[in-house]
Amino acid sequence: MDDLIQKYAHKLIHAGLATARGANAPLIGGKDQALVWNRTAQEIPVLTSVFDRLAINSLVFLRPAPPYDRIIGFLADRALKTTGRITPTDCETRTFLHDLPVADQFTAQGMVQALSCRKTVIILTKDRRGQSRGPAVIAPGTVTPEQGFVHVSSVCFACFVKFFSDYLSGLKTGHTDPEMDAVYQQILPFLETSQPGTSPSSSLMSGPFTDEAQATAAMSQAGKQVVADGLVDSYFGNISCCLNPILYISQTGAALDELEGCIDPVPLDGSSSAGITASSELSAHLEIIARTGCRTILHGHPRFSVILSMDCDPDQKAGCPFNTRCHTHCPVSRHIKNIPIVPGEVGTGPFGLCHTLPKAFDGSDTVIVYGHGVFATGDVDFIPAFSHMTAVETLCKNHYLDQVKQLTQRTRKSELS
Amino acid sequence: MPVCLFTGPLTATIAPTSGRCHMMSISPLTGLVGDGSMGGKMGVQLKRAGWDGLVITGKSDTPVGIHIQDNQITLAPAGRLWGMPADRVHDTLAPGKDSLACIGPAGENGVRFAAVITDRYHAAGRTGLGASLGVKKVKYIRVSGTGRTRVRYPEKLKQAREDIVRLTAASPALMGQFGLSRLGTGALYDLMDNRCMMPTHNFTATRFGPASRLNAHAYAAAFQPRRHGCKGCHILCKKIATRADPGASLPEFEAMSHFTALVGLDDIHAVTAANQVCNRLGMDTISAASALACFREITGRDLTPESLMTLLEDIAFDRGSGKDLKHGAAHYAESMGHPAAAMAVKGLELPAYDPRGAYGMALGYAMSTRGGCHLRAYPISHEILRKPVATDRFSFSGKARIIKISEDLNAVVDSLIACKFTFFAAGLEEYANALHGVTGNPVTARDLLAVGEKTVYNERIINSLNGFDARHDTLPDRFFDHPGTGCAQFFVPPIDRAGFESAKSAYYAVRGLTPEGRPTKEKAKQLGIDLHG
Repeated sequence: MDDLIQKYAHKLIHAGLATARGANAPLIGGKDQALVWNRTAQEIPVLTSVFDRLAINSLVFLRPAPPYDRIIGFLADRALKTTGRITPTDCETRTFLHDLPVADQFTAQGMVQALSCRKTVIILTKDRRGQSRGPAVIAPGTVTPEQGFVHVSSVCFACFVKFFSDYLSGLKTGHTDPEMDAVYQQILPFLETSQPGTSPSSSLMSGPFTDEAQATAAMSQAGKQVVADGLVDSYFGNISCCLNPILYISQTGAALDELEGCIDPVPLDGSSSAGITASSELSAHLEIIARTGCRTILHGHPRFSVILSMDCDPDQKAGCPFNTRCHTHCPVSRHIKNIPIVPGEVGTGPFGLCHTLPKAFDGSDTVIVYGHGVFATGDVDFIPAFSHMTAVETLCKNHYLDQVKQLTQRTRKSELS
Repeated sequence: MPVCLFTGPLTATIAPTSGRCHMMSISPLTGLVGDGSMGGKMGVQLKRAGWDGLVITGKSDTPVGIHIQDNQITLAPAGRLWGMPADRVHDTLAPGKDSLACIGPAGENGVRFAAVITDRYHAAGRTGLGASLGVKKVKYIRVSGTGRTRVRYPEKLKQAREDIVRLTAASPALMGQFGLSRLGTGALYDLMDNRCMMPTHNFTATRFGPASRLNAHAYAAAFQPRRHGCKGCHILCKKIATRADPGASLPEFEAMSHFTALVGLDDIHAVTAANQVCNRLGMDTISAASALACFREITGRDLTPESLMTLLEDIAFDRGSGKDLKHGAAHYAESMGHPAAAMAVKGLELPAYDPRGAYGMALGYAMSTRGGCHLRAYPISHEILRKPVATDRFSFSGKARIIKISEDLNAVVDSLIACKFTFFAAGLEEYANALHGVTGNPVTARDLLAVGEKTVYNERIINSLNGFDARHDTLPDRFFDHPGTGCAQFFVPPIDRAGFESAKSAYYAVRGLTPEGRPTKEKAKQLGIDLHG
C-alpha cells in the first residue's frame, strides 16, 4: 500500500493539482490491516475516523493548488448557499460522479454522510471572520488509492470546466456578478502562463510502424506527451494504432502516461474477444478507421475544447426542445471554425458517441464531442493527431478569451451608456 | 432442511437487472451455506403474485409440483413428470407467461451438484439445490402473478435507472464491442487464455493450445446466436442458437472453458451438447466438468465427445461410474484414494479462473462461505476487467480488505436482488438511490454495505456451527506446489504459501474472526446478531 500511496501523491503533484509541500500537499491514507499515511497532517485524526466508519481501504485528501482552489472555492461557496451540490455538465461527471456534494464542516460525520452517497465530497470551512483555508476535496477508494486519485482529479477538471462555461454563459446572458468577475481575473494569469501543447509534435516517433513493438512504443510516447502537455487529466482519454490486421488500443481506465502493459491487441476481423478490456471507445475507433483509413487515433480532454463545445447561443438554446439533453440530442450542426462538434455519450448505448463520432470524420480529421473531448486522427503516426489536438485546444482557448474580452467590453459600454 | 426462494426489494420494478431471485438451503454437496442466483422471470412472477419469498419445509411422499397463482398456493401431483428432463417438463407444462422452475433426473437421483432449471434456459447451478428439491420430491414450482410492485418515488427510481443504464453503456465489459451483451459470458474465454488463467487438464496447466478456435467468435460463427436475458435486463447476456442447433442455449463461459480445457477436449459442438445434457438432466456444468476432469486424472482415461455424454448421463441417472461421481469431485477423489486430484474448495468445485493468475481470486476462493466460488468476492472485476480500477493480480498486497469489502458488496447485490454483472459498471451508490425510490426509505451505500457485512458474518456463523473453520479456508495443494503455464511476457509461479497464509490472517482480522476463522460473540453483537453458545 505504501508504494501506491506515494505513487498517487506524486501524480497529483505532477498534474499540477497539488504541491510537494505546504497546505496544498496531498494527504493519502491506505489501509489493509493497519492504516498508513504518506505524511503527517493535522487532519489525520478526523480522516482516521472516516476510515473507521466507511468500508474503504484508501482515501485522498487534497486542498487543491491554484487556480483550482479559487475555482472550487467559488463554486462550493455558491453551492452551500443553494442546493449543497455542484452540478457540472461535462460528460465524465454526468456519467460517473453525477454531482459533487459540498459540506461546510470538516467533521467525520459530515464526510461520512456525503461519501455514503457519492464518490467525493468537497469541504469548504470558514472561520468566524468568514475566512476560508480554501476548499478540500476528499475521495475514498475500496480497491486502491487510484480511485481517490481519479475522483479528486475529476472534481478539479469538472469544476474548471464548469466555472469557465458558467462564466461565458453568464456574460452572454448578463448573469455574471462582481465576485465571479474577480475570480476570473484572479485565474487569468494562470491561463496565460499555461499554453496547451508546448511539446513539439515532431519529437514523436514517425511512422509508418511495422511491428507491434513500434506501434505500442509510439502509443506510449504519444500518451505521455498528451498528459505532459495538459491535454488530458488523470485516467481519461484513449489512443489506438492500427497495424493491419490488428488494432492496438489502450485498455479501459488506463492512464495515458502509463500505457506499458495496458494496450490490447484487437483483431479487426473480430476473431478474438481479448479486447473486452479495451477502451470503452473501441467501437468508435474501429469505425473511424474503417471509414477514413487513418492509422492512429488520439483522444484527450483538452479543457477549452470541452468548454467551448458546450457554448451555445442563449436565445437559440432557450427555444430548443432538446435544451436539457444537449449532450445526446443536440440537433444543430455545430462547429468551432471548421471542426465539427457532435453529441454522444461514453460507450455504445443508444446515444453513444459511436453513432455520431465516426461519421463526423468524413469531413474532418479532428472532431469534438460535446462536453467530452477531442478525437484526432493521423495517417501513419501520431504526429498529425497530436498537432491537431494542440491546434484545436489553442484555437478554443484563444477563442474563449477573445469572446470574454469582447463580452466584457460590451457590458462595460452598455453600463456606461 | 428448508429450501428458501426469495425475491428482493427491487424485484418487478424498473431497476435494471432486478428480475432475478435467490434460492438457498444447506448444500448437499458441501454442508456449507448453499445458494444460487436464479435468472429468468421467476422473481418477477413471485413478486407480482404478492410474495416476497417462499420457504419450503418438510417433504412429500410422492412427487409434487407447487403452483402459485397470486395468493393461491396448491400442490399438484407430479408423478407423471418424475424422471422427465427439464426441457420436457417445460414442454409438457407449457407455462406460457408463467415462470417455471424444475429439477431434472439428477435432482431426483441425489446428484449432489444437481441444478434447478428455470424458464428453460436459466440455471441455479451451484451447490446442489436441485438435490435439495429432489429430496422433498418437489419436481417443479410454477408461479403466476398479476399484481404490481408499488414504487414510492417513481421519478427517483427512474433517475437511478438512467444513471445505471448510462454507466453500463459506458462499460466495455458489458456493452462494448466484445462485451457480455454482444458475445455472452463466453467473451471472457480469450481473455482467460490470454492472461494464462485458463484451467487446463484439471488445473495442471493454465493455457490451452486450441483455445483460439474455441472462443466466443467460433460460437458466433457456428450458431449465429440471438440475445436473450432475464426479465427486466437490458444487458441480455444469454445466447440462444439460431443455426446448427436452433433454440439451444449456448454454454456460459464456465462451461465453454471446463468442457474444453479442463477435460482436454476441443470440440465446440461437444461443449454445446454437454451443456444441453447438463441443462436437460439438471446438473451444474462447473461441478460436472470438474468431477470428470478429476475422473480423467485419476483413471488416466482420456475423454471423447461420446464418453463425455455417457458419463454425464451416468451421473444423472446414478449408474456405472456416475454412482461415485455424482457425489462431486472431492468425495470421488477421496473414495479413490487421490484426494489431491479434486480441484475444489470446501467441497465445491472451482470455476474457470486459475487462482495462480489472480491472487485476490485465490483468497476469494478460499474464504468464500459456499466453497470454491468466484462470485462471492468477484475479484475478476478489478484483477482482470480493470473495474473500478486495476489491481496487481500477482500480489496479495491490500487484497484482504478488498476481498472483505467485495464480499459485503456482493451479499448486498444478492439481496437487492440485482445481477453481479451490472456492478462491473454501476455501484451501490446508484442502487441505493433505486432502493430509496422503491421503498421511500432513504438509504445509502454505506447502510447497504453494513447489511452485506452482517449477511456474510451470519453465513460464517452457520458454517462454523457446522464445523467449518480456518482448516477448510484453503486451496488445493496443486496451486502452492506447481507453476501455471506462462507466456513470453510473464511467468505464472505457484502461489507463495506464506503470502497466502498472511493474507488469510489479515482477512480474519479485517472480518472480525478469530485466528482460527471462527466468529466471535463481540463482533456478532456489534453487527446485531445474537450468537448463542
